[in-house]
Amino acid sequence: MRTIRFLLEKEFRQIFRNKAILLLIIVMPVMQLIILPLAANYEVKNINLSVVDHDHSSYSQKLISKVTASGYFKLTGYNASFKEAMKLIEGDRADLILEIPHGFERNLVRENHQQLFIAVNAINGVKANLGGAYLGSIIRGFNNDIRLQLLPVSKFNGAAVIEISSSNLFNPLMKYKFFMVPGILAILVTMIGGFLSALNIVKEKEFGTIEQINVSPIRKHHFILGKLIPFWVLGNVVFTLGLLVSWLIYGIVPLGNLLVLYLFASVFLLAILGFGLLISTFCDTQQQAMFVMFFFMMIFILMGGLFTSIDSMPDWAKTVSRFNPVSYLIEVMRMVILKGSGLRDILPQLGAVGVFAIVLNAWAVWNYKKSN
Amino acid sequence: MEYVIKTDRLTKRFGDFTATNEITFEVEKAEIFGFLGANGAGKTTAMRMLCGLSIPSSGTATVAGFDVYKQTEEIKRNIGYMSQRFSLYEDLTVQENIRFFGGIYGLSNREIKTKGEDLLEQLGLKNEAKKLVASLPLGWKQKLSFSVAVLHQPKIVFLDEPTGGVDPVTRRQFWDLIYEASAKGITVFVTTHYMDEAEYCNRISIMVDGKIEALDTPANLKSQFKASSMDQVFYQLARGAKRSD
Repeated sequence: MRTIRFLLEKEFRQIFRNKAILLLIIVMPVMQLIILPLAANYEVKNINLSVVDHDHSSYSQKLISKVTASGYFKLTGYNASFKEAMKLIEGDRADLILEIPHGFERNLVRENHQQLFIAVNAINGVKANLGGAYLGSIIRGFNNDIRLQLLPVSKFNGAAVIEISSSNLFNPLMKYKFFMVPGILAILVTMIGGFLSALNIVKEKEFGTIEQINVSPIRKHHFILGKLIPFWVLGNVVFTLGLLVSWLIYGIVPLGNLLVLYLFASVFLLAILGFGLLISTFCDTQQQAMFVMFFFMMIFILMGGLFTSIDSMPDWAKTVSRFNPVSYLIEVMRMVILKGSGLRDILPQLGAVGVFAIVLNAWAVWNYKKSN
Repeated sequence: MEYVIKTDRLTKRFGDFTATNEITFEVEKAEIFGFLGANGAGKTTAMRMLCGLSIPSSGTATVAGFDVYKQTEEIKRNIGYMSQRFSLYEDLTVQENIRFFGGIYGLSNREIKTKGEDLLEQLGLKNEAKKLVASLPLGWKQKLSFSVAVLHQPKIVFLDEPTGGVDPVTRRQFWDLIYEASAKGITVFVTTHYMDEAEYCNRISIMVDGKIEALDTPANLKSQFKASSMDQVFYQLARGAKRSD
């Protein structure tokens, strides 16, 4: 125990002496949590729309103004032919083409039937999908409006028979920030813990001080614990800062119990720190450790369910994400903060992360060799 | 005679390269034992095996009475080590380094305090105690490094080229520290490339291509090789070396 005290004393001294890193640990997460949720916006806005109007009627004008008034679309072209509009798409100045055929108004009134054509630039899949869907629903709305205008409502031709009303649970205004902030905080805690621990033992290897440790009677698990505990404390500090920022800036107050949140974050930190230390025992230089950690971080983040839902991933990817500790943290953060889940609800995730913590740290201790 | 290091055909192979080839020797208690050889002769490998940092491929050895295969941790408790690369923490102060290394070798707080003060006094570093090690000149770092390595009164201290890159005056002071440690009963096992330093040793071994080619007192070696200085002895032996790096 006394050895660990000396190790901790040394580690904390080194951390507090490196002012640049310390500043980075504190300032980076705060700044990123302020900036990123504002930019990482799920809503698709400013879709560039080009209209090809062959009809030039009052109905076509009405449709166009309804579309532009929705706020999602920006009219970037009003072309005479589809060919011209296509040029805008090729030049990346339009995302969508709406073609209104000749005789649009006449056919609609006389024959009660008309077709419109939408062409979507699908290079940006999300934008194309949502843009097409928005436009479709606006046109449906337009359709209902004119039907009500043209025909008196009766038993047989009433507007819609099935009407859906929905209510959004836990995030009533569907604010993407409520969804993103806990996720981004999870990523920040992961990055800080992962990189700091991955670089640490390797740094001692680079400087040669590890030789002096290896030739001393320090026990291996003492040494690893001496590295683990300081970063665990720092990780909790970052986590606390993040919660404060999300409360002060975004007004997000965890619905669930803070203790449950901290319990999970603490166990998660042990897992991710163990992973970093494991990488550190495998690598010989800080550069190597940095790149290996970067490789895993990309996978952890992109397959962690922050940006894309894990449920809609293919089966193999779902299996991979089960071995991704970050996916559990993101999930639990959202559960506890937005839904107010309790300890019993998060037990499966807690168990999984607990197993990671034990396996990764045991592996790191085993792989750290004092003699070879 | 009490032997603190005893090796018998100690060998270390890396793949098909034999770094240290069946070396056999003994070192007496409180002796200053010089371990010489050209670059790549296998000195550092041999030393690392004796320190418990590297497990031998074959042969046997005991250090401070402990087996180098099975009792590496017991060996580590009884030795001090100063590697080729300077190995104190540069981002800690002189005092913090003393406290840390004293602490991990199990010295009590009082021992750390008194021994640390003695050490600073002896090295004339009292005014530098609160300075970062990184800010000290190399010669002072080396002396500090040695003093920290013997702070816990080990049975043996291993020094791997401790005076590399240091001026002659500081080297002389460094050897005063070595003699002092030896007088306190600490065995000193030292590698060096400086032949004047070899003359300061009680006994010397000279390694060539992984083997010990000569082992005796400096005076005996000179007469054996009909040489006037250790330099000439070393040249005669090392000239035949096939490998270097």
